[in-house]
Amino acid sequence: MWRVGTVIALHDETTTARTITFEVPDWPGHVAGQHVDVRLTASDGYSTVRSYSIASAPNSDGRVELTVERLPNGEVSPYLTQELAVGDRLELRGPIGGWFVWHTEQTEPIQLIAGGSGIVPLMAMIRSRASAASTAPFRLLYSVREPGAIFYRDELLALSDRNHSVSIAYAYTRATPKDWPRPPSRIDATLIANTTWPSNLVPTCYVCGPTSFVESATDLLIAFDNGRDKIRAERFGPTGERK
Amino acid sequence: MSSHTYEYLDGNAAAGELSKIFTMDVTAAEGQCANCGAKRRFAEAHLYMQAPGVVARCAVCEHVLLRLVSARQRMFLDARGMTYLRLDM
Repeated sequence: MWRVGTVIALHDETTTARTITFEVPDWPGHVAGQHVDVRLTASDGYSTVRSYSIASAPNSDGRVELTVERLPNGEVSPYLTQELAVGDRLELRGPIGGWFVWHTEQTEPIQLIAGGSGIVPLMAMIRSRASAASTAPFRLLYSVREPGAIFYRDELLALSDRNHSVSIAYAYTRATPKDWPRPPSRIDATLIANTTWPSNLVPTCYVCGPTSFVESATDLLIAFDNGRDKIRAERFGPTGERK
Repeated sequence: MSSHTYEYLDGNAAAGELSKIFTMDVTAAEGQCANCGAKRRFAEAHLYMQAPGVVARCAVCEHVLLRLVSARQRMFLDARGMTYLRLDM
């Protein structure tokens, strides 16, 4: 079932990523981690559908935020991140997905691992935790190309400074901040050992990012004795404008 | 032996299309592979979207679990690769 959402705000997260806030009058509510399908229809009738994760925490005011990363040769993301304007209307289907979700009733340790724009559904979980005043122990390992590619930087900083907060570790793959102890590199066993929950605490792990990132993060978690049934993954492909 | 080298997504990515058919969420549903017997959530299946439709394969043995093709006003669903799909009420 498709619903019409009206764009009520736009906010640039980085030079290539934009958060779009929609107001959807009959929005049924969502759970952190879910996504929506967005349908664009051209004047000649051609239509195309893309999936985007919801960035906002569940709320009761019918607002849905998506953060979209612009892909150089994308068909849809350049439009969403550069041309879409406040007041525009788009068709949305969802919320979708009941597996890659975090419910506020969950109290076990949570390990979040994000690669690039894979942070989006995990941010919904972090925001959901904050808005529900949950004290579930959260850790986030966030791998990005360079410091300027971090989404939600100030909000994450504020959350990590707070008591009973989310502990956040960054990993940089191309360029690091000045004097950063770890040279630019992909996530590896040392990083997993130093920054993620030990498996004897039986964390539930949520991994989101490009397919290859998800594969390697998942393999590392399993190598550290995390059960496969405790790992939930969401992948997006090279052409897949998100997913 | 499969020789495909396409990058796959996961079962989550098919959920929007499958919501046209199923009223309940399919990603959290457990399915059993008709080939190797593995029982996994549909979200864990490997999903290939480069075809004219979507093809979900078993995460363990890569056997085809499900094919879904939309053609004009018709949808074709082939789920014979699963012995069952358990939808929790």
